[in-house]
Amino acid sequence: MALNSKVPKGPIKDKWTTYKDKINLVNPANKRLIDVIVVGTGLAGGSAAATLAELGYNVKAFCYQDSPRRAHSIAAQGGINAAKNYQGDGDSTYRLFYDTVKGGDYRSREANVYRLAEVSANIIDQCVAQGVPFARDYGGLLDNRSFGGVLVSRTFYAKGQTGQQLLLGAYSAMNRQIARGKIEMFNRHEMLDVVKIDGKARGIIARNLITGEIERHSAHAVVIASGGYGNVYFLSTNAMGSNATAAWKIHKKGAYFANPCYTQIHPTCIPRSGDYQSKLTLMSESLRNDGRIWVPKHMDDVIAIREGKKKPTDLSEDERDYYLERRYPAFGNLVPRDVASRAAKERCDAGYGVNATGEAVYLDFASAIQRYGKEQAKIHNIENPSAQKIYDLGKAIVEAKYGNLFQMYEKIVDENPYETPMMIYPATHYTMGGVWVDYNLMTTVDGLYCIGEANFSDHGANRLGASALMQGLADGYFVLPYTIGDYLANEIRTGQIPTDTPEFDEAEKEVKDRIDFFINNEGEHSVDYYHKKLGQIMWDKCGMARNEQGLKEAMSEIKALREDFWKNVKVPGNANEMNPELEKAGRVADFLELGELFAKDALNRNESCGGHFREESVELDGEQKGEAKRNDEAFTYVAAWEYKGEPADAVLHKEELEFNDIELKQRSYK
Amino acid sequence: MSDKGMNLTLRIWRQKDSNSKGQMVDYKVTEISEHMSFLEMMDVLNEQLIAQGEEPVAFDHDCREGICGMCSMYINGEAHGPDRGVTTCQLHMRMFNDGDTITIEPFRAAAFPVIKDLVVDRTSFDRIQHAGGYISVNTSGNTQDANALPISKHAADEAMDAATCIGCGACVATCKNSSAMLFVGAKVSQYALLPQGQVEAADRVKNMVAQMDLEGFGNCTNTGACEIECPKGISLENIARMNRELMKASVS
Amino acid sequence: MGGFFKSSIGRKVAMALSAFFLMVFLLQHFAINLLSVFNPDVFNEVSHFMGTNPMVQFALQPVLIFGVVFHFIMGFVLEIKNKKAQGVAYVKNNGAANSSWMSRNMIWSGAAILAFIVLHFIDFWIPEINTKYIQGDWSGTLEGVEGFRYYEELTHKFVSPIRVGAYVLAFIFLALHLLHGFTSAFQSVGATAGRKKTLQSIGKAYSIIIPLGFIFIALYHHFNH
Repeated sequence: MALNSKVPKGPIKDKWTTYKDKINLVNPANKRLIDVIVVGTGLAGGSAAATLAELGYNVKAFCYQDSPRRAHSIAAQGGINAAKNYQGDGDSTYRLFYDTVKGGDYRSREANVYRLAEVSANIIDQCVAQGVPFARDYGGLLDNRSFGGVLVSRTFYAKGQTGQQLLLGAYSAMNRQIARGKIEMFNRHEMLDVVKIDGKARGIIARNLITGEIERHSAHAVVIASGGYGNVYFLSTNAMGSNATAAWKIHKKGAYFANPCYTQIHPTCIPRSGDYQSKLTLMSESLRNDGRIWVPKHMDDVIAIREGKKKPTDLSEDERDYYLERRYPAFGNLVPRDVASRAAKERCDAGYGVNATGEAVYLDFASAIQRYGKEQAKIHNIENPSAQKIYDLGKAIVEAKYGNLFQMYEKIVDENPYETPMMIYPATHYTMGGVWVDYNLMTTVDGLYCIGEANFSDHGANRLGASALMQGLADGYFVLPYTIGDYLANEIRTGQIPTDTPEFDEAEKEVKDRIDFFINNEGEHSVDYYHKKLGQIMWDKCGMARNEQGLKEAMSEIKALREDFWKNVKVPGNANEMNPELEKAGRVADFLELGELFAKDALNRNESCGGHFREESVELDGEQKGEAKRNDEAFTYVAAWEYKGEPADAVLHKEELEFNDIELKQRSYK
Repeated sequence: MSDKGMNLTLRIWRQKDSNSKGQMVDYKVTEISEHMSFLEMMDVLNEQLIAQGEEPVAFDHDCREGICGMCSMYINGEAHGPDRGVTTCQLHMRMFNDGDTITIEPFRAAAFPVIKDLVVDRTSFDRIQHAGGYISVNTSGNTQDANALPISKHAADEAMDAATCIGCGACVATCKNSSAMLFVGAKVSQYALLPQGQVEAADRVKNMVAQMDLEGFGNCTNTGACEIECPKGISLENIARMNRELMKASVS
Repeated sequence: MGGFFKSSIGRKVAMALSAFFLMVFLLQHFAINLLSVFNPDVFNEVSHFMGTNPMVQFALQPVLIFGVVFHFIMGFVLEIKNKKAQGVAYVKNNGAANSSWMSRNMIWSGAAILAFIVLHFIDFWIPEINTKYIQGDWSGTLEGVEGFRYYEELTHKFVSPIRVGAYVLAFIFLALHLLHGFTSAFQSVGATAGRKKTLQSIGKAYSIIIPLGFIFIALYHHFNH
C-alpha cells in the first residue's frame, strides 16, 4: 500500500484554514447517532474526548488508571510552547514552525508542524478560559519562560507543574461532559485489541482491571491516545504503567508503525542507585541554565570519589573537566538534549562516571551561587562582602529559581545540592516515533486515529522542550475534532454497531487465549525479570549511541528473550480478579516485539539524526569532527513499518519528506 | 546501618476483593537498601512472593515521582508514611531502621472501599468533580485572547497553590472523620479565586458539597491533620474559603 | 437557605454559631462570678437581676438552654455520622503525628463538660427553679441571711473538697475543649483568612484564662470560707 499523507495542496500558511473550510461536517442531529472510542485520557485523549463530546458525539473513554486525572501527562514539568508573541520578541507561527522542524533535525512532516504552530495560540486561550492557573506577572498578564534550542520566550508555565495543570484542565472539560452523559468513562480498563470489520476500526476489546472481565465496545471510530513506548527500556521517566499495548495491537491489525528508533534520552535525570531501581526521575532542563556539568579530569580522582576518599568539592578548578564547555564553546552547557546526553555517555563510557554505578556526572551550582552572590552584593551596596555573605546571597537566588527541584533531589538522593554538586545522568524520556498517521491523524486503518505521543508526526527525530504538551492538546482540542468529522460524515447511516459479530468473537477469543496462557503457564521467572533484561539490551544497544553490530545483536537477543518469555514467564493469581502481574505480562509481551522492530528501524536508518545516533555516521574531520552526521539524500523519509508476523519481517514503507518552506541545514553547536 | 541493608518485618493488609474479609499478614524482607523508595521495597517483597509461589501484594502506583496521586498507603499510622511533603513513592527507606516492623494499610474511608489488598476505589473524588469541578467553556478555537482578562499575580498564585492537589486522598485517609473537605475545598478555591469561574460559582460549590455528602464523607472538625499529611501542602484556608463560598451561595 | 443546614458544611457552621453563643455566655457568666471574689454585694445585686428579670428569664434563658442542648445533640449526631464515614478502623493510627489531642477528642471533653453541666444544674439551676417557679419565692432572700441569698449559696457549695475537685476537673476539660473549639469555630464560618495567627493567640488566651478563672473562683471560696 502506498502511503498517502493527504496533505492539502496550497501554500503552507493556508493549508489548514482552507482545508477546515471545505472539510465534511456531520450535522448535530446525526452526531448523536455516532459513537467514538478514545483510548487514553492524557492531554491528547482527554482533550479529544471532551471536545468530541461537546460536539455531540457519544464518547466512550478508557484509561488504565483509577481516574483520567492520573495519566502521565501530569508529570510534565517545564511548560507549553505557543506562538503568542506576548513578549514582543519576534515570535510568530512561522518561527515556532521553523524551530520545531529544525529541532526535529528535519525529519518531521512540514504541513503537520505548521498546523501545530498555527493552533498553538488557541491552546493558551482555551486553557485560560478553563481556569488553568498559568504563571502571571505583576501586571496580571501571562508570563513566559525560554527553553532550549530557541531564541524567543514562548513557553507558558504553571510553576514546575504545567503538565498537571493542563491535564486537570482537560480532565475538568471531560468531567463536564461526563456529567452531561456525553462521555461514558471507563476507569481501570485496558484496551487489549482493536476490532476491525470490513477493513474499518469498529470497536475494541477491553479488560476490566478490577474484575478481570473481558468487555466488547463498539464505535464508528477508534482514537488511540495511549502515549509513548519509553518503557521498552524498563527504566525511563515514564510512569510504571505507561505502555505501548494499544499502539502495538493496532500495529498488528494493520496500522503502520513509524520511526520507532526516534527516542529522546533526556540529559538531566537522577542517576540509578541500584539494581532495585524501578524508574528514573527527571530534573527540569531549566537547571542547565545555571548548572555547570563536569567530571574529574584524572582517573585517580574518579576512583577516590567513588571510594568516598575525596569529595567533589575537594577538586580544584583545573582538576575538573567541564566537558560540554570544552567541546561546545558556543552553546556550552545549553546544547540540545541529544548532544548533552551523548556527551555524558561518552565521559562515563571512558570511565569517568562519578558514582558507584559509573553512570553519573556532576551538575554544579557553585559558580552560579558565587556569580549571583557577587551580583547581589553589588546591588545591595555591600562593600567587601565576606565569602559567607556572598554564598548566602547567591544561595537565596538559586533557591528562588530552583528550590522545589533541589528539594526533590534531596528527598531522593539524600544529599544537599547547595553544598555538593548534583549527580545526573541521561534517561529515556519521550518517544518521537509512533503510529504512522496522515494529515487527518488517521492511521493506515480506516476509522482508526492516533494522537499525541502515540503518533509519530510532529517532532521528527528530536522533540524540543515544552512541545509535547503543545502537540497533545493541539491534536485533541483543535485537530482531531475537525478531521474525524470528515470520516464520520460517511457513517451517519451506519447505525449502532453490534458487538455480537464474528469479528468481535474472534478478537475476544484471541485476547482470552493469551490471558489463559499467562495464567496457566508454569514458568519460573517473573514478568519484571524479562522486562529488566529487555531494558538492558535496549539501553546497551539501542541507547544513546547505536551501531550496526550492536543493533543486529539486539535484534537476535530480543528475539531469544521473547521466545524464553513465552516459555518461562510466571504469572501468579487468576484472570478473573485484579491482577497487576497479568497486566504487566501483556504489556511486556508487546514491548518484546516492539523492541525488536525498534532495533530493526535503527539498523535501517544508517544516519545520525536527532535522538538517533549511529556511530557509523559521524563527521570525520573539520570543526564538527565526531559530531552526528545526517544523510539527507538517503534518509529524508519516514520509515513506516507494516506488520508481517515476526518483527524482523516487518515491511518498510517510505513516506518521502518534502521541505518546501525550510532549507535543510546541519545543526551546529560548536 | 551496615552495608548489608535493613531487615524488616512488614505487617500488610491482605484482602482478596471487595467482598472478602481482610486481615494483617506479616512478611520479612532482607537487605533493603536505605536508598530504595518505599515502593521499590514493595517490589522486592513482591518478587520474593512470586518466587515463593504466593500472590504479590496489590498496590496502586504509577508515576513514582509524586505527581499522579495514585499511590496510597497508610504506613505506620500515617498517610504516605512518616515523612512530610511526600507521597508514598517519594518516601525512602532511610526513614526506617534495621529491625523495624512496618504496618502498611490501605487508605480507609467508607467512601474509599478496598478493591484488593492496598488498592482502594477513589472514584468518589471523580464524581464530586463531575458535579461541578469545571468551568463551562466549549473548545471553539475562538475563545477570547488569553491576555484579554488580566488576573492579579496574587490571585493566580493562590489559585495555583490550591490547584496543585493531586487527588491522592491522603486528606480523607488521615482525617478521623474521613472528611473530603480539603480536596473539595482546594477545587472550589481554585475556581473561586479566578474571575473565569465566577458565573457558576454558587452552583458549583452547592453541587460539589452535596455530592461530597452523598458519597458518605464525614464532617470537618478542623483537626488540621489533612494539611499536615497532604503531600502537596494544600492549606486549610481552602476549607475556610469553601465554607464562605457555600454560605455566600446559600444566602444569595 | 433551608438546604444549607442539611449539608455537612451547614451543620458545622451551626455548630460554630452555637459555640460562639456559648462562648459569649461563658464570658458573661465568668464576669458575674468574678464579682463574688471582689464584691459580694454587687454579685448579689447582679445575680438577683439575672434571676428575676423577665427578659433574662423568659427570653435569654430558653435560648441558652436551646443553645446548650443543640450544641450537644449536634455534636453527638456529627460524631456518629463521622464514625460511619470512617468505615474500617486502622490497625495502627498515629494521630499524634498530625493533630492535637484536643482536636481528636472533642467528643470526650464535650461529654465531660456535659457531665459537669448536669452536676451544675443539680447544684444551682434546679434549686433555683424550685424556689422560684414551684415555691413561688421571687424574693431572692433566705432566712437567716442578711440581704440576698446568692453569695451565701455560692460559698456554701464550695465547702466540699470533692465538689471543688469535680469543678476543677471539669474546667480543665473545658479548657481542652476550648483550646481546639475556639479557633475551630472561626475556621468553620470561614473567618480565618489572614487572621489565623491573631485568632490562635486570642483563642489560646480565652481557652486558658476563662477556665483558670473559674477554677480560681472555686478555690478562692473553698479556702476562704
